[in-house]
Amino acid sequence: MTEIIKSEPTTIYIRPTNGLAALNLGDLWQFRELIFFMIWRDIKVRYKQTLLGALWAIIQPLMTMLVFNFLFNNVAKVSSDGIPYPIFSFTALLPWGLFTTALNTASRSLTSNHNMITKTYFPRLVLPMASVLGGLVDFGIAFVILIAMMFYYKITPTMTALWAVPLFVVLAIISALGVALWLSAINVQYRDVGYALPFITQFWLFITPVAYSSKVISDKWQILYALNPMAGVVNGFRWALLGSGNGPDMLVAISTGISLVILFTGLIYFRNMERTFADTI
Amino acid sequence: MTIAIRVDDISKRYKIGTAPGKFRYGMLRDQIAAIPRKLFKRDQGRAGVDFIWALKDVSFDLEEGRVLGIIGRNGAGKSTLLKVLSRVTEPTRGTVSVRGRVGSLLEVGTGFHPELTGRENIYLNGAILGMKRTEIESKFDEIVDFSEVSQFIDTPVKRYSSGMYLRLAFAVAAHLEPEILVVDEVLAVGDAEFQRKCLGKMNDVAAQGRTVLFVSHNMSAILRLTQEAVVMQKGQLTLRAPTTEAVDYYLASGQSQAGERSWKADDVPASAVPFCPISLKIYDPRGAIADTVRSTEPLKVEMEYKLSAPVTGLRVGIYLSTVRGEYVFTSFDVDDAVIYEENSTRQPGHYISRCTLPGDMLNEGRYIIGVNASSFGVKRFFMDENALGFTVDPSAAPGMQWAEQRQGLVRPRLDWTIERIDE
Repeated sequence: MTEIIKSEPTTIYIRPTNGLAALNLGDLWQFRELIFFMIWRDIKVRYKQTLLGALWAIIQPLMTMLVFNFLFNNVAKVSSDGIPYPIFSFTALLPWGLFTTALNTASRSLTSNHNMITKTYFPRLVLPMASVLGGLVDFGIAFVILIAMMFYYKITPTMTALWAVPLFVVLAIISALGVALWLSAINVQYRDVGYALPFITQFWLFITPVAYSSKVISDKWQILYALNPMAGVVNGFRWALLGSGNGPDMLVAISTGISLVILFTGLIYFRNMERTFADTI
Repeated sequence: MTIAIRVDDISKRYKIGTAPGKFRYGMLRDQIAAIPRKLFKRDQGRAGVDFIWALKDVSFDLEEGRVLGIIGRNGAGKSTLLKVLSRVTEPTRGTVSVRGRVGSLLEVGTGFHPELTGRENIYLNGAILGMKRTEIESKFDEIVDFSEVSQFIDTPVKRYSSGMYLRLAFAVAAHLEPEILVVDEVLAVGDAEFQRKCLGKMNDVAAQGRTVLFVSHNMSAILRLTQEAVVMQKGQLTLRAPTTEAVDYYLASGQSQAGERSWKADDVPASAVPFCPISLKIYDPRGAIADTVRSTEPLKVEMEYKLSAPVTGLRVGIYLSTVRGEYVFTSFDVDDAVIYEENSTRQPGHYISRCTLPGDMLNEGRYIIGVNASSFGVKRFFMDENALGFTVDPSAAPGMQWAEQRQGLVRPRLDWTIERIDE
């Protein structure tokens, strides 16, 4: 048996935390393996006892794309910046799907694991983080389809895609995590979140340029429009992969700023509510 | 010696209704509905909120490598104390300093996922309990051996029997090597063989010089595993003493009622409706309420209660156990098939269920009667495992010519014959 070298035990102080609790992200670093295990668990379990398994990660955006194509391209004839509409909408549906899946799973992450919360200690941030990051796997699978579609439509991405796509994925994750922290912490006390969420995501879809191009918004509203962090993510994705629009500009900067504000306030709110999770859940 | 745990004046307050186990959470609607009330009755707003102190000014130190037992009745604050120590919940006041990693066995199998295999759950559960992956890998074989489920290690745990599930869960938790181990009632589950194994494992942990905090209602386990114990009452720590002394103190403090126990309306949880217990009494053969009865004489037990609505399949009965926590028997008023048929639905009213325990049955010592009123498989209306204590006096019992303590729970007067067969 291998001997595990133990360092001198450290002393932990347990006392009531007041006001703005310290974010204590070092604690999260210690439990980084748990984040990995929770992601792994969610992925292992996600498509258990389904016939189509991981195919669902492809079917969902593909079907939405077909519906959008019929409604907005064939019936309403919405402009798609000169890009074939199917790939125009599919490119946007990927980060959008990542965002909504993250919100749906993460907002329930605390309540569905309530026995872990009432029985053991670990930084509660692990749960919503693992839910959000777990969505990356579905995203990766659907991305393969996107690449196939790009071949089909003979669209060659520029070299910028190599750094820009990961960057905008990170921005989507930051936005999703920020909102998810708020929703999951509120959901511990008020289960209304579960009822409001389908409505929230539906509304959010309308104010995000997924089915249409953000150019249809008149200039004077553009600043207001950019307050939606997902607008920046979707535009950035289209720019990086399809070359539409002007690339990172003022609007993307505003979107990024907003998502960082949501993440930061979400972290503070979550950490403050965390101490009562075990009592109220 | 270094101090492993220093608990300094901690208190924990719960708003009534948010205490764990009640599972009540606010609806946004309720909060909104409360706004006008808060606006107009500002003063009553605060007074109307009820609080309970689950812990009140608890302080103690524990040296490294010691095993401390924690005993007390249900609701005395034992579990809350362990939850604070294992950082599940925060104290309202006070500070705890803990030297080293705290491993808690508040409930085994936390985070087990039914769809995952035994192997996968070992890794997952280990990570939840705070083990590093390398640590789990190095102990993997040991864990599987201890759990005795090696054959099914790649089967999803939803196909496991409850015993296998439990053994695997305990095996992971038992191989966690924290500096401080917090154990709460894990031994209440599992068969006798498994309990023996768990106790053995806990002994090993203590022998390795690690600090253990052990909460149990099982007095024999407390006596076997700990040298020192604290007694908790109503959120306060009332005594710290060598275990034998603490156990005696605990038993004496709860059992001061002499031969009779009555319940006031406040003592009965709302969930008991329509069953309302009134009293439990023990009578000696001369018809007097008695705290001490003779081993040789029969004794009568009377349970008085009211029903406010008809109940189908109601059974009212007693558990008899020793003060060490060993069960002697369980018996219900409708055990007899004929009586059961006659009382299939009990109408609202005022009742006494009465039974007689024969003489020459119980050995000398102190016993506890527990009360249970339930409809099997439907609902448990009321239960008090510690309703009333009584003492059995051995005078004139068989074998009293020798001044020795007789082993065993029963002291029957058997029909011995001695026959000489060489003639």
